[in-house]
Amino acid sequence: MLQIEKIEKSFGGTKVLRGVSLRVEQGDVVAILGPSGSGKTTLLRCVNFLETADGGVMIFDGETFHLAHTSRRDIARLRKKTAFVFQDYNLFRNKTALQNVTEGLVVTRRIPKDQALAAARRALEKVGMAGREGHYPHQLSGGQQQRVAIARAIAAGPEIIFFDEPTSALDPELTGEVLAVMRQLADEGMTMLVVTHEMGFARTVSNRVVFMEDGAVVEEGPSQSFFQNPQKARTRAFLQISEPGKINV
Amino acid sequence: MNERLLGILTDSFWKILLPGLTVTIPLTAIAFTFAMLIAVAAALIQFAGVRGLRQLCRFYIWVFRGTPLLVQLFVVFYGMPRVGITIDPFPAAVIVFSLNEGAYCAEIVRAALESVPAGQLEAGYCVGMSYLQTMRRIILPQAMRTAFPSLSNSLIAMVKDTSLAANITVTEMFMVTQRIVARTYEPLALYIEVGLIYLLFSTALTRLQSAGEKKLRLEQAVQDAAN
Repeated sequence: MLQIEKIEKSFGGTKVLRGVSLRVEQGDVVAILGPSGSGKTTLLRCVNFLETADGGVMIFDGETFHLAHTSRRDIARLRKKTAFVFQDYNLFRNKTALQNVTEGLVVTRRIPKDQALAAARRALEKVGMAGREGHYPHQLSGGQQQRVAIARAIAAGPEIIFFDEPTSALDPELTGEVLAVMRQLADEGMTMLVVTHEMGFARTVSNRVVFMEDGAVVEEGPSQSFFQNPQKARTRAFLQISEPGKINV
Repeated sequence: MNERLLGILTDSFWKILLPGLTVTIPLTAIAFTFAMLIAVAAALIQFAGVRGLRQLCRFYIWVFRGTPLLVQLFVVFYGMPRVGITIDPFPAAVIVFSLNEGAYCAEIVRAALESVPAGQLEAGYCVGMSYLQTMRRIILPQAMRTAFPSLSNSLIAMVKDTSLAANITVTEMFMVTQRIVARTYEPLALYIEVGLIYLLFSTALTRLQSAGEKKLRLEQAVQDAAN
């Protein structure tokens, strides 16, 4: 349902993405792994037009878009079918947890207020935040904020959710509560593209893994074979450091 | 203090306070309202980087921050008639104070807009909001909260600056005081008296500012208590 072909991006003179291609089918949970600076986050940001790629094509639901010059109207249309979860949550700081979820529904999708409230309450309940609807972001822990952010993402019923290192700012305990929510979404068949450093999550929840380094895909494949039987030496080295003892070399 | 002076002071207190209520406060209120509209517009244009308009805003701010308020009042009131534009004292004062205050407040609002993390705008985009929707509903409310103390400060400064309008024949508190001094020859007592009335106004505004800041904090504390 989502296909990216030869995406390229430079910042100044530095090439950050060198023709990355990627494919996500409906119901897939694809984990993008790789060392810091490999371009994972930039890839995700280009796909949702938070950065403008220099080149490359995206096919979404059978429609083709040139990433370097997609019209503002198309971008707005695409964003209504997708959702994005940030590393540092980015909840609207002047809105309560409930308002954070309803905002997009009421303002951009013109869903009647009572229906939006009902949908938002359901979404918050799903992420275990039902009792915190009136709280402002600064009154919530990092893990709680990220769960509200996930509620905000799922409330509008997106076709795919992009996660940009959703647990990198959290301590292990809070990481656990966020990953539990993501695992639940995966079980329900939500299509997800997840940039992460959580090996356990990639191993047990994702069904496909893309390993990137230096702006290019080094190796990709089904999660099971990727972790049990990595093909490239670079991948093996990365896995060995990330999960010592868990891989046969 | 002799009885004559006491009589002059009590008598003049109401004579000075009256134009305070009918001229100084309306002038401040009207001009500050326009100034806020100008400031928010100029700040948003600069923040969004609208080509052409952005340069126009920079030029406007440069001119009005870089020249004395008194000179601006003189140019508009005494200068403009030369090119056929004659404006009554009060509207002339409103125009100059709005533009002058607007220039300063535009910078306050712009700085406040820039202090809102970029992620807030990106989050707005990602839930499907347009630039303008995100600015109006998410960024501007946060920025105005940040700007509130500085804007209050500017408002207090402006109340006192309105005394300069006496120079273009606006019959506000200071001009009325000058007239009473000319009649009674009691400059020390009367100028102190008008100073105290300005102090009264400023104190009231300072109180309002504290109350406003407290309310901004309370809005969140109430939420704490409710949950």
